Amino acid sequence: MIESHLPAYIALTFVLFSVLIPALGLWKRNLSQPLAVIGSGIAAVFSLYGFVTYLNGSPIRYFFGGWEAPIGIEFVYDGLSGFFVLVINAVAFFVMIHSGETSRREFPGKEMPYYALAMLMMLGFNGMILTGDLFNLYVFLEIASLSGYALIAIGEKPAPYAAFRYLIIGTAGGTLYLLGVGFLYTITGTLNIIDMTAMLPMLAESNAAVAALILMIVGIGVKAALFPMHGWLPDSYTYAASSSTALIAPIGTKVAAYILFRVILWLFGIELTDAVAPISYIVGVLACLGILYGSIMAIAQNEMKRMLAYSSVSQIGYIIMGLSLANPWGFAGAMLHVLNHAIMKACLFMIAGQLRLKEGHSDISRFNDSYRTKYPWTMASFSVAAISMIGLPPLAGFFSKWYLALGTIDNSNWLFLAVILISSLLNAVYFFRVLEKVYMMDPYKGQTEPKEGAYNESKASMLIPTSILAVSLIVIGFANAIIVGILLDIFPM
Amino acid sequence: MDLSLVPLYAVLVSLIAVVPIMLSSAKPNLREFWTILAALIKFGLVLTLLPGALEGKSVELHLIDLAPGLPLALKADPFGVFFAVIASGLWIFTSFYSIGYVRGAGEHKQTRYFASFAVCLSATIGIAFSANLLTFILFYEMLTVATYPLVIHNEKKDGIEAGRKYLAFTLTAGLLLVAASALVYHYTGTIDFTPGGVFTGVELPHTAMLVVFILFLAAVGVKAGIMPIHGWLPAAMAAPTPVSALLHAVAVVKSGVFAVTRVVGYVFGVDVMGDYGLNDILIVLAGATIILASLIAFAQDNLKQRLAYSTVGHLSYIVLGVALLTPFGMQGGIMHIAAHATLKITLFFCAGAIYVNLKRKNISNLNGIAKVMPWTMGAFTIGSLGLAGIPPINGFFSKWTLALGSLEGDMVIPVIILVVSGLLNVGYFFPIVYRAYFKPGEGLEGYGEASPLMVVPIMVTATLSVLFGLFPNLFFGMYDLAVEISLSLFNTASP
Repeated sequence: MIESHLPAYIALTFVLFSVLIPALGLWKRNLSQPLAVIGSGIAAVFSLYGFVTYLNGSPIRYFFGGWEAPIGIEFVYDGLSGFFVLVINAVAFFVMIHSGETSRREFPGKEMPYYALAMLMMLGFNGMILTGDLFNLYVFLEIASLSGYALIAIGEKPAPYAAFRYLIIGTAGGTLYLLGVGFLYTITGTLNIIDMTAMLPMLAESNAAVAALILMIVGIGVKAALFPMHGWLPDSYTYAASSSTALIAPIGTKVAAYILFRVILWLFGIELTDAVAPISYIVGVLACLGILYGSIMAIAQNEMKRMLAYSSVSQIGYIIMGLSLANPWGFAGAMLHVLNHAIMKACLFMIAGQLRLKEGHSDISRFNDSYRTKYPWTMASFSVAAISMIGLPPLAGFFSKWYLALGTIDNSNWLFLAVILISSLLNAVYFFRVLEKVYMMDPYKGQTEPKEGAYNESKASMLIPTSILAVSLIVIGFANAIIVGILLDIFPM
Repeated sequence: MDLSLVPLYAVLVSLIAVVPIMLSSAKPNLREFWTILAALIKFGLVLTLLPGALEGKSVELHLIDLAPGLPLALKADPFGVFFAVIASGLWIFTSFYSIGYVRGAGEHKQTRYFASFAVCLSATIGIAFSANLLTFILFYEMLTVATYPLVIHNEKKDGIEAGRKYLAFTLTAGLLLVAASALVYHYTGTIDFTPGGVFTGVELPHTAMLVVFILFLAAVGVKAGIMPIHGWLPAAMAAPTPVSALLHAVAVVKSGVFAVTRVVGYVFGVDVMGDYGLNDILIVLAGATIILASLIAFAQDNLKQRLAYSTVGHLSYIVLGVALLTPFGMQGGIMHIAAHATLKITLFFCAGAIYVNLKRKNISNLNGIAKVMPWTMGAFTIGSLGLAGIPPINGFFSKWTLALGSLEGDMVIPVIILVVSGLLNVGYFFPIVYRAYFKPGEGLEGYGEASPLMVVPIMVTATLSVLFGLFPNLFFGMYDLAVEISLSLFNTASP
């Protein structure tokens, strides 16, 4: 039966294509991108099918080779992992379609390694989400990270330096996580998440468990770019090639956030997490600081990709803040924001890539109102994504904020509520700045006549993915009640 | 006839019109035809709801769920219909006037202008018909976004700065509204607009209630131009005059006072407002705004600026009436929504006609213009008389009712404020009329009236002002409707 093997199929698809692409790509380089599209497409279909199956049935536990835990390794396809897998594979599919043109132009001749690495990274991400074993998770984390470092290093001149910096910080983070897993293993004797969940309540106040929790949060916090461990992110996202950023930015930090969800809400549970110290609150405060810091830094940026990178620091804060609230509304808001932000950021980074191809730069100060006539559809998509980022109804971004606000109120957490509101305003500042540049004359430069440019839109292979993502923000906005209904059922308490 | 979908159609018609408007951007006449058509259809649809509203009935429509248990719901209740009749009715005249204005002034990007205008009207009707706070937020933010391109229309420094200021005020307000609505949902479990309020049976500490109220006040007070958060309105006068006329004298700012009324009457309820003493805050702010705005209006030489401050003052008449928490006060406030709408739109239309025709913006340059623009200045005089509250123009009757309302509540100070403000209105409007009629003008040779597309709407709105003053129930039964709305809020509140 296909259903019972689904978790394995999703991961194996990427294994298969990460081998197929070098094999066929050496023969015909042009095959790399179509293969990556097919691979991520198949994975997205499996994920969708799996999620629908999950909704009609129950979680799938898949034991590799039939060896049950603790001897074997299992993949667990439950609501949380199913949702994350669906989000990242769907977004990756659109990014892969879009990336053909940018990769051909930005790093000609290197498409084959790029796509092979992209498939490997997706394997790592999917594995991290699906695995039911904490050590196995570390293995997938390293697969994803190493291919991620390589992907980031493909890019502008400073990219290898940014990648190297990420490598150092990221490896430290990974090691801290592994150390935490080690602590847990010594006290529980298992690495299987489900088994460990059953055992931890007896051990929660042991120093080892607390230390493990903190080590894991800090270690994964690096990967999630949780403030103040976000230092690697802005440079990496800015200097990496457009197609790399568009792939990593929407989903990389989300996968790390997934681990935090799994560890804090499932493995430990919120009571145990906060048994000794108010850890979830501290995480929430860090998230808030990240939200404000990221938004303020985004305002200060002139380069669009860099602005979006800082914006990511801020947006991941929303997700982790929602997690730290540990109530149904907060959880629903955070999870909805995982979906929304993945779509918005993919759309925006893809548009940054399109502008770089057309104009050779993405410096906001050099944007002008001819873009309005030159790239009407690209700019329309940009406007939709930007307004969703600001959080105006009926676009998707509004609703994640609405649920997060309900979550903060349920916890009587006025500080976090204020942060959500203030940050929306800051978002408005840095997005309306771009919209002003693109849609209006610039009287501050003495412009009195509108600039008109001949229609010069990007190719359909790029326009269609960005447009679909932009439209999906409207659709999700109106359909969010259905999604949130599902998410509320996933909440573990 | 089944009316249940009419509110939805009334909201959607101008939103759908955006598509043909954009597509026919190369053919201005066709493009403007779509605007006029949408305006007429919209007004017709709203009118079909009027008979039901006069009987106190509401048309309700639940579309999809916006959030679990919180539907996107439209409800054409008497108050919503009242506001929708005014906004959609005046849109027809503004559309004709707009055509004359943008062509006369040679404005650029006219397609964007007409398209944004159409979206604004959809949002306004959506606000009128919102059945709950979440639906309301949706349209409230939509109005903010759709008005922005109109505020920055000239794309000069003053326009762009006005746009930034506008967004800063209104987006902050929108966020506070989100917070306030979330709090209401948390405390009461519902966000439906209910006559008499949703807090019945909910015991809250005084501070909690106060915080929720102040959040709401800041959220809706921005668009209602309550001081000290009125600052965007004078700045927004950088927009073309038809925008100032319909949006910044009727649709947007009236959405603000409409929202104040919704909050007072349908979220908190008259009883809760009184029990927690929340209306006192509102009375003080509104009273201060009335006087201060009138005084500031004196200092403005720019005609549109003076009208803007006058708008700020008159909006607070409505807020004051609502805050009195008496049936007559509520009724007077609601009537003033209609009265101020026709009067102020007339005045702005006149200001726009003067600008397009003579390229004059400042009051000190208006000497003797009544000789060349007699119709326009005649209408301007009617508008000034009405806003000063001189019978028989329609501003008088609402003011009279407001005064009755404050006496009904045993309050004298509001009456004094109304009288003083009436005098101040005379003080800042009549010098304009005096200059236009009695001072010798310069450089007016060869000028006549503005184009009929502008003068005819001016005359129509001026005539409406007089007619509604003489016969408040003429055409649409607006007076009965105001009474009906006001009583519904009090009967439910004290069963």
